[in-house]
Amino acid sequence: MRPLPFVLAALLSGAALVAGVVHAARPADFLPQWQRAAKQADAGFSGFSAARGEQFFNATHGGEWSCASCHTRNPAAAGKHAKTGKIIAPLAPAANAERFTDAANVEKWFKRNCSDVLNRACTAQEKGDVLTYLLGVRP
Amino acid sequence: MKFFASRFGTSRCALVAGLASFVVAGVALADGHVYTATNPAWKAECGSCHVAYPPALLPAASWRALMMQLDQHFGTDASIDAKTAREITAFLEANAGRARKETSATPVLRITETRWFQKEHDEISARTRRSPAVKSAADCEACHTQAAQGDFSERTRRAPR
Repeated sequence: MRPLPFVLAALLSGAALVAGVVHAARPADFLPQWQRAAKQADAGFSGFSAARGEQFFNATHGGEWSCASCHTRNPAAAGKHAKTGKIIAPLAPAANAERFTDAANVEKWFKRNCSDVLNRACTAQEKGDVLTYLLGVRP
Repeated sequence: MKFFASRFGTSRCALVAGLASFVVAGVALADGHVYTATNPAWKAECGSCHVAYPPALLPAASWRALMMQLDQHFGTDASIDAKTAREITAFLEANAGRARKETSATPVLRITETRWFQKEHDEISARTRRSPAVKSAADCEACHTQAAQGDFSERTRRAPR
């Protein structure tokens, strides 16, 4: 029989591995849940579109700001907060490995920024389109 | 240093170095403009769009009011989850500045609207205020180069450019 401490250590490291996988998502892992939600909201949903995402990203939506106001029209480059001037790290996952890896962080920023840009929450279709666009942006 | 090390031993040497750094820190603190209170959640959340303003710059009532309306934070939505908000509020309250006599009965939310801030900055010319390097009066780093480290001392201050 193996000594108890060894078994415990093995169990703990296994749990840490699982937790790590759950916590540190890959950017593309966000798409399936938004796909399901978009399908539920609209039976005619026909997938995400990078072109639509790009257009959404660069357009204003009734307010003063677009996504590009802070993130610039090149999401692979550093941006700048439109009001405070603080430098914002690149948004495109290919230029910044930390982007779209933490679900809580992703939801936090979509809530805030959609509220600032659209004065409402973003739909699953809009989130999926934007991420599909961002995934294709190369530095 | 080698002389000291051989004569007094390395532990005493470390003690002397430690005292020296304490004296330097003391000088900076005597200036009254170096803030050392820190908290990881405060630094990360309050510092993501602007400098994490030191808690001592507003009284506790102001921080409480501000933290209650993060979804309408000076024209932007700065919402955070309830657990993080509670942690940051507790940190801000514990390290808040003392309540100064203000002109209005409601808590001042903008640091730049407090009387002490206006008094501290009243010698700044209109030309400097209009400089394109200064985004607004809330842009501490335009002049206080080490604001992100809580250092607002005269030593680290320079004209905006």
